[in-house]
Amino acid sequence: MSTRIRDMELEIMRYDPEKDEAPWFQSYTVPCNEDWVILDAINYVKDNLDTTLAFRWSCHMMVCGSCGMMVNGEPSLTCKTFVRDLPDKVRIEPLENFPIERDLVVVLDDVMQKLHQVQPYIMRKDDPPAEDVEYNQTRGQLMKFKQLTMCINCMCCYAACPQYALNKDFIGPAALTLAHRYNLDNRDQGKSDRLNILADHDGVWDCSFVGACSEVCPKHVDPAAAIQQMKVDGAVEFWKQKMGIVGDKS
Amino acid sequence: MAIAKKAIVWGLFAAGGTVTAFVVPALITLFLLVATGNVPDGLQFDQFHAFASSWLGKACLFIVLFLSVWHAAHRLRVVAHDFGIRKDALIASAVYTVAAIGTVLAAFYLLTIG
Repeated sequence: MSTRIRDMELEIMRYDPEKDEAPWFQSYTVPCNEDWVILDAINYVKDNLDTTLAFRWSCHMMVCGSCGMMVNGEPSLTCKTFVRDLPDKVRIEPLENFPIERDLVVVLDDVMQKLHQVQPYIMRKDDPPAEDVEYNQTRGQLMKFKQLTMCINCMCCYAACPQYALNKDFIGPAALTLAHRYNLDNRDQGKSDRLNILADHDGVWDCSFVGACSEVCPKHVDPAAAIQQMKVDGAVEFWKQKMGIVGDKS
Repeated sequence: MAIAKKAIVWGLFAAGGTVTAFVVPALITLFLLVATGNVPDGLQFDQFHAFASSWLGKACLFIVLFLSVWHAAHRLRVVAHDFGIRKDALIASAVYTVAAIGTVLAAFYLLTIG
């Protein structure tokens, strides 16, 4: 079977903070195979047209989460965005809401710090656990949060989030979702402690449930739902703390 | 760090959203039926007045009115934010004050029935 080749014009945002005063666009004409994804087209530019272009990628199979970019204004994982679904002219920009390091590479320090801040690990009251103790999990208990483990930190949700755009202190979709994954884990006992961070001023309440995070998520994690569930947890925990009811699932 | 007081207004907003989503469409339908002269059994003035005169009726109506008002207040605050109005403290004070007044008025008028 022969594959069709189509010339596609890629308008790629370029920015070198040491040379450029402001980001600018450079156009490249790329003979695209219709089976390609946008990442293939960008790699074609790098390999054949312009070796100075900077962008992140690694696995090319929706696992590493490195190749998130704005494709025609939409936060997209470029290894999942097919050429055949796009018009002849495509604009590629770095992810919105992040400082640009160079060209299509953004600075992710803020989100990395937030991922750390939400304590995304199992916390036990009996830490360190006694030897030979196993914390079992049934299939049902796993299914409560399994979808939330699918996040690959591509940060498309942060690029789509209008609240993160307004307030960089907002913890944001991916980090909150990751925290909720541990809150829902039957082996974890840190939900109360974690909620003091997640439901503080810059936590879940800043989300106005626009839902853009869930729409752009390439792994269908549904961060918006996770955040709304956490708002319920936060409200319940607030009153529990006010009434002096301290406790966590054991 | 502690859970922010926003939990209180969000709790009222969520409860109000649930109530309004279920109850208000039914109420609108019933009011339209009454307005067109098709008054269902149980909604005759005397019967509904008797319901609103009972403590159970007052409690039910108060819960619907009070939660709906707080839901609307918080929704307006969020909509103002989404529309780019950046005076959150001022808007929050305004909408929650109106909600508080609405709550007091609902209680007052319900108590005068019967």
